[in-house]
This record gives sequence, C-alpha cells and structure tokens, in this order.
Amino acid sequence: MALEFSAQAKQQIERLLTRYPNKQAALLPVLHVAQDEFGHLPDEALELVAKTLELPPSHVFGVITFYTMFHRARTGANHLMVCTNVSCMLKGGYEILGHLERKLGVKKGETTPDGAFTIVEEECLAACANAPMMVCGTDYFLDLTPQKVDVILDDLKKRYEQRKLETKKGAS
Amino acid sequence: MGWEDAKGIKIVTKNFGVTDSHKLAIYSQRGGWSGFKKALAQPRATLVDEVKKSNLRGRGGAGFATGLKWSFVPKEARRVYLVCNADESEPGTCKDRELLAFDPHLLIEGMAISSYALRCEHAYIYIRGEMMREAKIVQAAIDEAYAAGHLGKEHGTAEGPFKLDLTLHRGAGAYICGEETALLNSLEGKRGWPRMKPPFPAIKGLFREATIVNNVETLMNIPDIVEKGGDWFAKLGTSKSGGTRIVCVSGHVKKPGVYELPMGIPFKDLIYDVCGGMSGSRPLKGLIPGGSSMPPLDASELEVPIEFDALMTDPRIKDVEVKPGVPFDMGGGRKLKTMAGSGGIVVFDESTDVVALCARIMKFYAHESCGQCTPCREGTGWLARVCTRLAKGEGRLGDVELLANIAVGIAGNTICALGEAAAWPMLGFLTKFRTDFEAKLAKAKAA
Ligand SMILES: Cc1cc2nc3c(=O)[nH]c(=O)nc-3n(C[C@H](O)[C@H](O)[C@H](O)COP(=O)(O)O)c2cc1C
Ligand code: SF4
Ligand code: FES
Repeated sequence: MALEFSAQAKQQIERLLTRYPNKQAALLPVLHVAQDEFGHLPDEALELVAKTLELPPSHVFGVITFYTMFHRARTGANHLMVCTNVSCMLKGGYEILGHLERKLGVKKGETTPDGAFTIVEEECLAACANAPMMVCGTDYFLDLTPQKVDVILDDLKKRYEQRKLETKKGAS
Repeated sequence: MGWEDAKGIKIVTKNFGVTDSHKLAIYSQRGGWSGFKKALAQPRATLVDEVKKSNLRGRGGAGFATGLKWSFVPKEARRVYLVCNADESEPGTCKDRELLAFDPHLLIEGMAISSYALRCEHAYIYIRGEMMREAKIVQAAIDEAYAAGHLGKEHGTAEGPFKLDLTLHRGAGAYICGEETALLNSLEGKRGWPRMKPPFPAIKGLFREATIVNNVETLMNIPDIVEKGGDWFAKLGTSKSGGTRIVCVSGHVKKPGVYELPMGIPFKDLIYDVCGGMSGSRPLKGLIPGGSSMPPLDASELEVPIEFDALMTDPRIKDVEVKPGVPFDMGGGRKLKTMAGSGGIVVFDESTDVVALCARIMKFYAHESCGQCTPCREGTGWLARVCTRLAKGEGRLGDVELLANIAVGIAGNTICALGEAAAWPMLGFLTKFRTDFEAKLAKAKAA
C-alpha cells in the first residue's frame, strides 16, 4: 500500500521547504521526518519522499544509502551507539561493546528479538573526554563501566515496555 | 603577550558553568547581542579588517586565516552564504558539541555579525546527524532569537537595512561531510562527495553562490573580536595566531576535558599541570596532537607550544619519514611534522598497543572514504587491512615498508584531504614508533 505522511508531518515538510531555495536541498531533513514517521525507509517511503520533493527515486536511493543514519529495514526501538574509536578504545570502549553483546545476546549490527535494542558500533561521537561512552537518541551515557551499562539497560528496557503499553492503550 | 598572561581569559567558554547558559535571557543578561549592535553601526569592510587584524585562524582543522578567507568573497557576488560547520567528527575531538550545548546564542550572534559583514541573508548551521540532543538545543535557541527579533527582522545598519534568516540543517551520518565541499553537497540534498577545488567555495559554493564555511569555534570568537577589537584578540595569542585555543584532552590523563587555554601553551604544561598528569602509574608514550588525522608526537616532543605554526615547523619535532633517514616530501621539498588540527589531544601511556591504535585509526578512514578517488578508496582499505594484520601478530615480511609505500601513494593524489588524513598519521606512527611495528613483525615470524 502506498504510504502517506500524517498531517503533522506534512506541515513540518511545508515549513522545511521555506528554508531552502529548491526542493532538493530539503531532502535530508525530509528523510529525517519520514524516518521518524515510519520508523525506517522502505521502498514506499523512498517513493513518497521522491514524489513530495519531485526528485527521481534513484537520487533518493543514492542519498539514503550514502548516510549511515538512514535505515532501509526495521531496527530496534533503542539504538545503542557505542563508540570504539581512539579515545574510547584507550579507555575500554571495546570491553563496553563486548559487555553489551553478551548482555543482550546479539552482536553489533543486530537487533534483539523483542525489538527493544539494536547495537551499533560507532565512530567517535564527540565525547572523547568522557570515554568510554555511548549514545541512545538524545541521551549521552558517559564514563561507562559494565556496571553502569547494566543499570542503563534496565532503565531503557523499562521505558520501552511502558511506551509499548501506552501505544496499546492509545490504539484500543 | 606570553601565554602566562593570557591564563584565565575565556572567550568561547565564558558562559560555561552558568546555569541555563543556553537560554537567551541568560545570554543577554551577560552582555550578549551587544557585539551585534556595535557591528551594525560599522561599515562591512571595517569588520572584515578587524577580523583580519585579530589573527583569528580557523578552528576546524586547517588553521586558515579567517579574515583572509572572508576577503575572497567577490565584491560583485550576487548572493553570499555563510555555513557553520558543526559536523564535528574527527576522532578525539569533542569541543564543538559542548560549545553548541552550552552557548548556542554565542554562535548565533557570531553568525549574525559574520553574515552582516559578508552580506549573507540566509545562513545555515550544518550539524552532525548523531547530535540529536544538541540539535534540539540549537533549534530552541534559534527560535528564541527569531522571537526576540534578532533573526528574521530588518535592522538598520551603517549600510542600509539588513535581515538574516538562519536554518539548522541536520546531517545523517557521514564523517566526510565535515569536509567543506562535501558538506555543501550534502546541504544541497546530495551524497556527501567532496568537490574538486578550484573553484573554492568563496567563489562558487552553496547553490553555486559565493560561500564561506567556518567552524563553530571560529564563529564563536567573532562577537568578542567586535566588542574588544582585533588588536586585543591578536595580542592574546602568539605572533600569527590570535585568541585562545580550545583543546579536548582524552586518553590516559587524570583530568580529561575540554579546556580553553592560552594559545601556545606547551603540551607538557597541559598534561602535567592542567590535566593533573597521567591517570595511572605508567609514563606517557605519546599523543595525538589535533585529532586522529595528525601525526603523533612521542614523549620527547612535549616542550612544543600548541600553536598552528609551531606544530608544523618547531625543530624539536622530528620530521615524518618514509623510511628511517628519508623525510616525507609533501611537495616542493616541504617536510611534514604535524599540525594543530581540531584540538583533539589523545594521550596514551606505555601500556598502549600503538600498532592496534594505529590500525583502529586506519579502519576509521577506510570506512569513511567516500570512494570517489582510487588512491584513497583502495589505499585506505589496504592500510587498514595490513595494519590490522600486523597488530594481530599476523604480519608478513615487508609489511612495515608496504604500509609506508601505500601511504605515500595516497598523499597528494586525491580530491580531498581525507587521503592525507589517513596517510599522514600512518607515516607518523611508523616514524615515531617504528620499533613497536617491528616487534609485532618479529612476533609474527616467531609464531
Ligand atoms: C576529511 C575532512 C573532515 C573535516 N571535518 C571537519 C569537521 O568535522 N568540522 C570542521 O569544522 N571542519 C572539518 N574539516 C575542515 C573543513 O573542510 C573546513 O576547512 C573548515 O570547516 C573551515 O572552517 P574554519 O576555517 O573555521 O576552520 C574537515 C576537513 C576534512 C578534509
Ligand atoms: S580523498 Fe577519499 S574521501 Fe576525499 S574525495 Fe577522494 S575518495 Fe572521497
Ligand atoms: S573517541 Fe569515543 S567519543 Fe570520541
């Protein structure tokens, strides 16, 4: 089925278009809107964005696949972006990544079966003075230890379950 | 002024630690937006001269003189764009993110003043996609500045009416978009592929118009330059680099952090004074002086001042070599030492496996190469693979020379500087820590 943007997203896109001298320049922001709306960017979303901005789908495809933050397939509700670059490596970034993999039972790049978490090995996330670290959405988790990671995972999991309950309630 | 005198002077971090420093009310209370007012009363040329006089140099990596860059915009340019590079992603660098989070209004005022000076009517901030938290903070600040009439409203100036629009644009995960021409392509809704230069952005940049790209920290210095004068700013620094310098110190020190310091403070003072010394009992083995693309220094090179020119020329820093005794030629006989880069200083102690560290850096650049140029695409991949196998103790005879040869084959043969960003540290690590690489090879042979 063809996808449509919600009224709210449409409004957002209208506003975005006023910020650029042409429609193509709004592509990245509109893709962010689309991904927020649909969770990921399957073919239908890609076509919708192409149509909205009057761009060839092939161009949109080329852009989506160039940037690591756009996802063609469904991913976990929480993206755990763990840095293993220089500063984090020196302070145990790989140990944190390994701990996450053991704890969640999936490898980097994979999503837990319940859809709660995806582990992403990241390059430097610009918090090197607080290495090792990870980011999840707008939350930075700094100066990590395995113990801290356990507490964070419990908390994120709780919030995830709660959100799921709320959406269920909202739907019924 | 020596760096001792400039201790304690804060320009871009002056509002750090102040409660709600990211809010306009607090920013204005602390003197914010008075530089803008002062600027609008002056002719544009005077402002550009003031910035020239200040010896402000770009804080994004290359240290290019900001006033000089601004003066490249053609007088007859139809339209001018100012773009703030907030894509911070050079490994070891974490200053712009903190600057954006703590003092977004200082950046906005800096951009408003710069836009007036450059005749820009619509400026953009290109913020790294992963920085979702900072994007929220900056957008809220922009909204406040619109509501207060600083943005989006006409102001009377010494040169007629001036009105500025400012748009925050989020990237989507690609290190290469920090390179200014890749950034412009990305902002135009394309893949972030660097462009051939010339034409330089100042002539033909965003949407094919004259464009100035400046780093976050660079632009945040502008309000104080206008308020206190270019001379004041120049005097804070060393002969050719004005102002203060932000460094981000990470790795094996007691007090890692983001510090605004006098330009030209020596590494030794930074590590053993400002950062409280090494975190463990082991001595320092080396450091990366300005983000992972800069050749490392070893423990004997710490007396050197942290300043753009010193790091390129100070005789106390050894030349980077192709092989022992043969200095690397950057072209025209120019030798390579290192560079101040992005201010990301990564300190490592004697316990560090430098070959593994170097392999991690190479893996990064291989991953981030956009693939347009063969020497970079293929070369960075080879550097990563060969360095990784050496690190694992699976190196082969000739691998050390092979690494140097690949690096030499990349440098100078690519569209953008990502090629050098991989080749330079590779050669640097081989020069400064050659015995570590050879020891790995000996281990491999013994096994
Ligand atoms: C591979 C590569 C990555 C870069 N990444 C950044 C970056 O993240 N932030 C930045 O300000 N400059 C970065 N630069 C430098 C920019 O190209 C440009 O020189 C800078 O933004 C100019 O601003 P400035 O003169 O104020 O330093 C990068 C350069 C290269 C070659
Ligand atoms: S040097 Fe590397 S990153 Fe730069 S344009 Fe060429 S392939 Fe792309
Ligand atoms: S190296 Fe991990 S945040 Fe910079």
